[in-house]
Amino acid sequence: MWRSDLCTAAESRPGPSSDHVTDPADVETAVVDAHRRGGALVLAATARVARDLDLAEECVQEAYAAALVSWARDGIPDNPAAWLTTTAKRRAMDAVRREQVFRSKLPLLVEPEEVVDEIAMAEPVEPVEPEDVVPDERLRLIFLCCHPALAQDAQLALTLRLVCGVSTGDIAKALLVSESTMAARITRAKKKISTARIPYRMPGAAELPDRLRAVLAVIHLLFTAGHTAPSGTSLVRTDLVDQSLHLARMLRDLMPDEREVWGLLALLLVTDARRAGRVDSDGRLVRLEDQDRSLWDRAAIAEAHDLIVDGLRGGRPGRYVLQAAIASLYAEAPTYDETDWPQIVTLYDELLLVWPSPVVALNRTVAVAMVSGPARSLAEIDELEKDGRLARYQYLPSIKADLLHRLGRDDEAAIAYRQALELTSNEAERAFLAERLASLNRP
Amino acid sequence: MAQYAILIYAGDSAHALDATPEELETCDAHADEVEQEGAMVAAFALTPRDMATSIRGDVVTDGPFLEAKEVVAGFYVIEAPDLDAALEIARRNPATQEGGGVEVRPVHSGGVTARPVE
Repeated sequence: MWRSDLCTAAESRPGPSSDHVTDPADVETAVVDAHRRGGALVLAATARVARDLDLAEECVQEAYAAALVSWARDGIPDNPAAWLTTTAKRRAMDAVRREQVFRSKLPLLVEPEEVVDEIAMAEPVEPVEPEDVVPDERLRLIFLCCHPALAQDAQLALTLRLVCGVSTGDIAKALLVSESTMAARITRAKKKISTARIPYRMPGAAELPDRLRAVLAVIHLLFTAGHTAPSGTSLVRTDLVDQSLHLARMLRDLMPDEREVWGLLALLLVTDARRAGRVDSDGRLVRLEDQDRSLWDRAAIAEAHDLIVDGLRGGRPGRYVLQAAIASLYAEAPTYDETDWPQIVTLYDELLLVWPSPVVALNRTVAVAMVSGPARSLAEIDELEKDGRLARYQYLPSIKADLLHRLGRDDEAAIAYRQALELTSNEAERAFLAERLASLNRP
Repeated sequence: MAQYAILIYAGDSAHALDATPEELETCDAHADEVEQEGAMVAAFALTPRDMATSIRGDVVTDGPFLEAKEVVAGFYVIEAPDLDAALEIARRNPATQEGGGVEVRPVHSGGVTARPVE
């Protein structure tokens, strides 16, 4: 079978030899760097030729292995991503030709007709020029991974695997599931892509808003999973945060006119800018009002600011732009008390119009407390409690507890803190709540 | 091209034996449309849930197999180049706008069997 033929090349590593012109360590660095910066592009282009995600991944693996040998011998090419793409595509073409009969029985990635012609006509490939790699190939891959016919956890896993090039084992670790569970999830998703013929193409203009929303949701979820690790002892999983920022930047470069993409990138930047201040040296959570603002990443906050200013122009802003604008107002205030609370309430009102979520309504109450006092805010929280949709949401009782404490009702605050503790599994957050509970003034 | 089955889920089937053409108008309009586009392979409207009989193991019972708010009211098979194209057709099924919905499944194999003429 062709798959086993192909594996042998992937396993070969460059041995010590006398005709090295490049230090193997430099070569390895160059390969790792090319993978990090251009991996999605290489895979996206190869998948179009291979028309099978597994084959595409294998061919890309082999291209990396070949690069280790070839670059050590001939030097690192000017455009490593183009070199890798050419090599991986050539291998995919060879495999497709060799197994034409065998492969024709398998469901393939559905491609527009022109690509089939391109494969049929493809003779030995000339070295790829940068412009040969059309920018939307990565977009096709992103939209494929985030197709709504796939479950969201599968969308998340596929995006990390195929677009970010993260190994299945590392994805499993980051998302706190076993490696076999993650492998099965990815295999199942790939199988559905080929069996149900989920096409490898850009969504049409009419479906683009919905499809883009799904992509943004996956990137945001990835960030959230990293920013507040749902369980475990550390609050932040930097690897997931970095991957989500990388994806948001990639999407911004690929879809430079989509304001919600700017909004998402800005939201991630401004939220992550506070990373260094969120936990103290003992790993304990620090409240926004107590955070050392000098630790915040001012460059990231400024970058987000510019994106938001642009995003707020021209028509009603979307959900991510508004969320980013709110987060940015928090981040730009010199002190917590000097935060522009009335403006934040106004932005929350706007946000509720485009995204009527109870979580948004809950977050709004924090700003309401600063503008109109804790009693008014508490009344709104009571309404939200009656609504019931936030029954399992730990931040409702913790916000409520803080308001009750400020109103001098510490006995009730204690009950609310205990409710919050029951709903929280992250250790850093639990420690924070326990400390707040202990500090209450009770007889 | 590939074949997809579209299963229609609704509170009940509109296709009672004494249903009037008016009651079936939206369903028929969709079916005609898909047929005119050349995508329809086969289509079956089922009678209402009261007509259903289920068998589980050896036990025969009155009613649909699953106790659910919706029943399969009918199904049709279409031909489409890919899932997005199939979903585009399925999305237009009136059930999606009338409180029910549809399920799209790739067809593995099968078709209408040729029967001996008596």
